Amino acid sequence: MKRTHRLRWQAAAIMTVAALAVAACSSSSSSSSSPGSSSSSSSSALTASAPGITPTQILIGSHQPLTGPAAPGYSEIAPASAAYFAYVNAHGGVYGRKIVYKYLNDAYDPTTTASDVRQLVLQDNVYALFDGLGTPTHLAAISFLNSEKVPDVFVASGCECWNQPTTYPETFGWQIDYVREGKILGQYVKQHFAGKKVAYFYQDDEFGMDGVKGLDDEIPASMVVSKQSYVDTNVNIAPQVAALRASGAQVVVSFSIPAFTALLKLNSLKLGFSPTLVVSNVGSDAITLSGLLEAFAKQGGATVNGNQLTNGIITDGYLPTLGNMSNSWIALFSKIHQQYDPKAPFDGNVLYGEAVAYTFVQSMLKAGRNPTRADLVSAIEAGLPQGPAVAPYAYSASDHSGITGAYIGVIKNGALVQEGPVLTTDTSASGPITTYTGTEQQAPASGIPSP
Amino acid sequence: MPVVEFLQFTLSGVVFGMIYAAIALSLVLIWRGTRLLNYAQGGMAMFTTYVAIEVIYHTGSYWAGFVVALAAGVVLGAVCQLTVIRPTMNKPPLNAVIVTIGLLILLEGLAGIFFGGQYRSFPAAFSITGLKVGSTPLGVSRFDVFVVAAVLVTTLALAAAFRYTSVGLRMRASAFNATIARLSGIRVARMLTIGWALAGLLGALAGVLVSPSTFLYPNSMDAIFVFGFTAAVIGGLDSPVGAVVGGLLLGIALSYVAGYLGSKGSELTSLVALGILVVVLMIRPDGLFSATKVRRV
Amino acid sequence: MTMQTLPRRLGVAVVMAVIVGFLSIKLNTFRDYQIAEVATEVTAVAGLTVLTGLSGQISLGNGAFMAIGGYTTALLLMHLNWPFFAALVASAAVAAAAGAIVGVAAARLRGPYLAGATLMLGVALPSVAYAWPGVFGGDQGLNVAFTTPAFLGATFPLTRWQAWVSTAVALVTLVLLANLCYSRTGRNWRAVRDDEVAAALDGVNVAVTRILAFVVSAVCAGLAGSLLAIVTSLVAPGAFTITLSISLLTAAVIGGLGSLPGALWGSLVIVLVPTYVTDVATSHGLSSSVGSNIPIAAYGVVLILVMLVFPQGIQGGLRRLLTAFTGPDPKTRTRHDASAAHVTPSADDALASQHEKEGTS
Repeated sequence: MKRTHRLRWQAAAIMTVAALAVAACSSSSSSSSSPGSSSSSSSSALTASAPGITPTQILIGSHQPLTGPAAPGYSEIAPASAAYFAYVNAHGGVYGRKIVYKYLNDAYDPTTTASDVRQLVLQDNVYALFDGLGTPTHLAAISFLNSEKVPDVFVASGCECWNQPTTYPETFGWQIDYVREGKILGQYVKQHFAGKKVAYFYQDDEFGMDGVKGLDDEIPASMVVSKQSYVDTNVNIAPQVAALRASGAQVVVSFSIPAFTALLKLNSLKLGFSPTLVVSNVGSDAITLSGLLEAFAKQGGATVNGNQLTNGIITDGYLPTLGNMSNSWIALFSKIHQQYDPKAPFDGNVLYGEAVAYTFVQSMLKAGRNPTRADLVSAIEAGLPQGPAVAPYAYSASDHSGITGAYIGVIKNGALVQEGPVLTTDTSASGPITTYTGTEQQAPASGIPSP
Repeated sequence: MPVVEFLQFTLSGVVFGMIYAAIALSLVLIWRGTRLLNYAQGGMAMFTTYVAIEVIYHTGSYWAGFVVALAAGVVLGAVCQLTVIRPTMNKPPLNAVIVTIGLLILLEGLAGIFFGGQYRSFPAAFSITGLKVGSTPLGVSRFDVFVVAAVLVTTLALAAAFRYTSVGLRMRASAFNATIARLSGIRVARMLTIGWALAGLLGALAGVLVSPSTFLYPNSMDAIFVFGFTAAVIGGLDSPVGAVVGGLLLGIALSYVAGYLGSKGSELTSLVALGILVVVLMIRPDGLFSATKVRRV
Repeated sequence: MTMQTLPRRLGVAVVMAVIVGFLSIKLNTFRDYQIAEVATEVTAVAGLTVLTGLSGQISLGNGAFMAIGGYTTALLLMHLNWPFFAALVASAAVAAAAGAIVGVAAARLRGPYLAGATLMLGVALPSVAYAWPGVFGGDQGLNVAFTTPAFLGATFPLTRWQAWVSTAVALVTLVLLANLCYSRTGRNWRAVRDDEVAAALDGVNVAVTRILAFVVSAVCAGLAGSLLAIVTSLVAPGAFTITLSISLLTAAVIGGLGSLPGALWGSLVIVLVPTYVTDVATSHGLSSSVGSNIPIAAYGVVLILVMLVFPQGIQGGLRRLLTAFTGPDPKTRTRHDASAAHVTPSADDALASQHEKEGTS
């Protein structure tokens, strides 16, 4: 470009940017609002009872990995929750208020999470933070949320760290935590594979390590012949699988995300290694795995589709099995999914997103017509009916962890099939695993929880 | 048996090493021709692999997708060079690096927009069940053999093209001294575009060869690119042989680390790669296969 | 800007401090947080722009030095209860030591080889946190507790205090760097960058000069890492990925390589443009995967366009516009053009001499 031309381009560019910047600053700056009156009287008028609550809407926020290496799979969860909220909004909302769900992309980077959460709380004045996803990411937000006394509900991670009511009174977990899962899977392995050689394959972070902790609580050390870990940035796990094979393991318990469960299967095929696979719920969604493996099904000896490669995988589940359309929850969520979020496959992530959104609506209804932020926290601490979860929540004033149990299931023909009862336990090393004898709830006919 | 394990680690290291070598070769090609670092090489490979999967999905033919991917790589490389790289040619060299970084980010965003951000399963050209000697699995499959062969054949074909064709001669002349090449009547600008097109082809090849193992999503080539770049630096950015050697060295070494050091090994992978890189560069600051420089005073 | 003397630089710093202080009170608390983010970026980018622009050594791994500074601060605050400013100084010292080690290892590396080595450093260093999780907290990282000091009262917003602390550190860093750039050290850096052999003949110790540049940029990055720790209240490996290192380099080049005001422009772009583009995208009701990727694609386009329209970076573009209106400044023109073109000077010479040796291969 000639110099004069470029000069004109540069001047134009600078002026455009300046104009846009002025426009952006003036449109997105907002004054900090003062908290509304904290009366939660039973008057029928809806008031702006807390930041984020107006007579017509409830504004909640979240941080999610919508792009980046953690996005595949997890980026389906927030749109599924939004779909459930859209359904509730279309059927009267929460006491007549619509739920506005604003989720920001943090690309799984804790620095971005810190910024997103401050934007949601300080600028957008959300009522609560809902379903923040990821352990390292949410840890960047937790101190801030608690110091600002913003309810931090139903964190999307199985870390035990969300259950610290004294340090973090605003924070609540939801899904079954990894230690509990490890114990339940470990007991199954101990009981059904006694005398066999067991090996662990786990992700090298607190998800994998907490899972191994739970497994070790149940599986006697004499059974374990090898422990191999992987990092999710390196897909070449052939050495680890070769080591697993060399150890002679007949059962491999895997705390892996779906991509690495699939890679474990593929690499095992390559080595002619066919142990029984026991996989954490995090990495065992049948539809996701089939999708990952479908391109290999023909070469793996299967003739139909990826389903053949997932047959026989043992896992745990804490929500109803996806293929079971006679289950009232699956029927409800499937209907809502088809109406509001049809492009996504109806898989484990979508079920998760809808189920946790249902739990949120339950807690909002319980918090009252004109809730303050403290009302939401009290409502959850008073205990919530278990809704779609197969086991009860642990919520109380002294326990902020969520689902306390799961059932063991096996993948058959591309779908999870429950085998055996729901088992509940705690996170301590010696805590017993007991069969849950309570009845599971049915979905409400309207699809909306009753207050 | 330890010998069998060693063999399995080595062979799997060779396979991944050849993938790194393919990326390294494309970087060497661009460096030799244009003295630029193409930080978007992995992103371009990811994008062409997405094109391939769409073709495979709609036609049911793997080889159609394979060929289209390579063609798309040629086109994408040429288009990138013509549109965004050429304006940076006589500017500070880091400008081109930032442009390629911007290009990488743009390609990842476009892939998310057009193809979605979820995992796509990418098929392998041949069987993935392991080959055996007797009853001992070798840890490689027919597809792995294809990977190694494809990269080797492409490398040799490119080397032959550079040495024995007139286009290759012209490209080498343009890289050696652009001014004199122009004076000899060579269309230097066109040679640069051809260089980027060939690099795009190599990257596309790497993409379709590795995507069965990484699954395809917008960021799937990021980690592969880092190791490919490291392999190129280890081997020397001016040497195609160095790229292959660097890739093999890196792939095999990392395989041993992960295999023999158990859980510690998987954590230490990138530290070991750094260690290898530092050791090589301390001995030969321009990579293993660089000619020793005469220090002019 | 030709700020040649110390009093003038201090004056500029004081004026900027006053402006930032005023803004931090007038704007809402989220803007305070963004001020803190920008100040943290500026501290790191300023060091990198000196290293790459003035000293001619490309580094794709300054995020590693930020990690070192951040983790040092976190560990000192957590285990030894040091006051923050003591931890800050200690982090700078540890980062300086790391910078010296890297500088020595990289002393003979040029151009893309240096880029490759620093890239691998940026990728590999965070995995130390995974390898020794007992000390470094592994994947979850370490929490950093940071509160406003008592003398400010209970109602002083934490974000404003974070903004003040970060801005103070950034301004002090900028003043010190400016002094360094116009001192003999700075002249040595430019001399080595432009022609190593001539500089060596002139008595400049090339290796020491280059290592010193690495140390300086590492100190700046270490300080920035320390600020990041107290601003986000967490240090975790996920915060110090290679994306961070790349964004530092991007900010340095976009703003104007080698110029300290450029560090400010680049940091503003890096911090503010992604959030602005996200606002535009989400307000149009697109599907999640499309809507979340539009800001990504747009950001890539912005980077490409800025580099094509402003080859000297934003600072260079502003300078050109200024001279277009006010007439050329003979003092700055030739120096600026010369400095911009010589980032990797020896690669071409090396290739030419190598080819001469090899013959026609």
